[in-house]
Amino acid sequence: MTWSEMQPLLEQACWDTLYMVGWSTLIAVVGGLPLGILLVLTDRGGLLQNVVVNKVIGQVVNIARSMPFIILIVALMDFTRWVVGTTINREAAIVPLAIGAIPFFARLVETAVREVDHGLVEAVQSMGGNTWTVVRKVLVPESLPSLISSVTTTIVVLIGYSAMAGTVGAGGLGDLAIRYGYQRFETELMWITVAILAVVISVIQFAGDYAARGLHRRGGGSGAAPRLRLLRGKAPATAATAEPVKTTDPVTADAEPEREPVKAS
Amino acid sequence: MYGVIGQSGAGKSSLIRCVNLLERPTSGTVTVAGQDLTALAGRGPRAGKELRAARSRIGMVFQHFNLLSSRTVQANIELPLEILGLSGKERSRKALELLDLVGLSDKAKVYPAQLSGGQKQRVGIARALAGEPKVLLSDEATSALDPETTRSILELLRDLNRQLGLTVLLITHEMEVVKTVCDSAALMQRGRIVESGTVNELLATPGSQLASALFPVSGEATGADRTVVDVTFHGEAATQPVISQLSRTYNIDISILGAAMDTVAGKQVGRMRIELPGRFEENVVPIGFLREQGLQVDVAGDAPASIPAQDAPATAAALVKEGAK
Repeated sequence: MTWSEMQPLLEQACWDTLYMVGWSTLIAVVGGLPLGILLVLTDRGGLLQNVVVNKVIGQVVNIARSMPFIILIVALMDFTRWVVGTTINREAAIVPLAIGAIPFFARLVETAVREVDHGLVEAVQSMGGNTWTVVRKVLVPESLPSLISSVTTTIVVLIGYSAMAGTVGAGGLGDLAIRYGYQRFETELMWITVAILAVVISVIQFAGDYAARGLHRRGGGSGAAPRLRLLRGKAPATAATAEPVKTTDPVTADAEPEREPVKAS
Repeated sequence: MYGVIGQSGAGKSSLIRCVNLLERPTSGTVTVAGQDLTALAGRGPRAGKELRAARSRIGMVFQHFNLLSSRTVQANIELPLEILGLSGKERSRKALELLDLVGLSDKAKVYPAQLSGGQKQRVGIARALAGEPKVLLSDEATSALDPETTRSILELLRDLNRQLGLTVLLITHEMEVVKTVCDSAALMQRGRIVESGTVNELLATPGSQLASALFPVSGEATGADRTVVDVTFHGEAATQPVISQLSRTYNIDISILGAAMDTVAGKQVGRMRIELPGRFEENVVPIGFLREQGLQVDVAGDAPASIPAQDAPATAAALVKEGAK
């Protein structure tokens, strides 16, 4: 197989993967975020304490998570047909991908939101805020760096899942690697696909970490926009003066294990 | 300004959290500024609209500041105003005004993590004042701060108390805090208030643990034939130098073993332990003179008073130790 033959295949597969992962991530976030927050709020000692609701949601999440993805695709076929009218294309893959990712993301959200200091919740309550205010002004903004990391993890997991979407004819990089690379012995194509996947995942991970760190820094360090560590040598001197002088705060020290040296230029 | 003091676990925090019903009392009522909050609370665990409205008129300051790290100082102060539903312009005007009041007008755009502990607490106070409360609750507001910063925060609270006519209910384990700013104080032990009153009233109460902890005096008699006398000045006595008068009138030598005195509004407040030569019997007249001056006089080793008097300093010492932590 020549490069000119491979190129359109790879391009199409890339777009398919991005399309599936993009939409299913969006749906997972929209569905998983409220679910995760609800898990925290309804838990014992939570603002909307309701043990029954908590147990039910928790169980549903556990069952959904324990299901192998390939089984989930099959199990959801009827549902998928009902939603998108078919069971064999990109759109059809998005349904099980999203449904598989919602409970996964919800658990990550739960962990992230649980980390928020209860004192902050109390502070807002003492100002007369209701539960919705607490969620909107405290729980989500304060856990945003962790939530972004959770989204990153979810995207990476979804890319992995999307390899199985080939079974319903949805295409994508994983499908390409198996059908052409493995089954037709196009080893070269397989390795290129694997390399592309590795690069895509690295880029997503890097972007996610960068965004999360930027937000964390805002809370735990200088108000300046985050800078790439790669650029540390070229960092402008003004940024160096903006670095706050404080080393005593253990929380901050924790939050920024790799802060730049103050003398940047 | 009302101070509530007690050891860890005495129930101080529960008490203050009951005031804005962050914790529900199992029985009894909570009335703030004439409003019965327990009646507003309803039965469910969630706070209803009326209770939330009442809470917004009670400011609260926390030991660990509880500022949102994702918001700038100004946005933190605007938070209660957002809850009250003020417009953006109104909010920022108010927030800047409050920042000015607490002396941080140059810090509006920075994040809490860039501030020192004292500055954070000033932001916390500004935020608590945003809803124009009549009552400010301070839950160990200075306990995480160093002595110098503690003093400046207490001064700020005192100023607010005077300028805005704000009632401040202050919870602390530090005697020093009560002594510096409080007009009245209560001592809590095992979930109960065991003593309460104005500082003067407490001083006037014989055997008051709080008074002896606020104004600790110590010292032993230097010889067997001496009389040790505790003199309490509770502000109502004539503003005369009584000790030197005593010395001159009766021509006796007086040594001061220990004293904890303050002058408040030109009046002396505090306690002093003095030693007079000779046994108690020989000193009846000078002690009578002191009593005539309107001072409270306790003679150490006085049989009936000795049992509670000995008990009191022990507890007081424990309290002071707790405060030193």
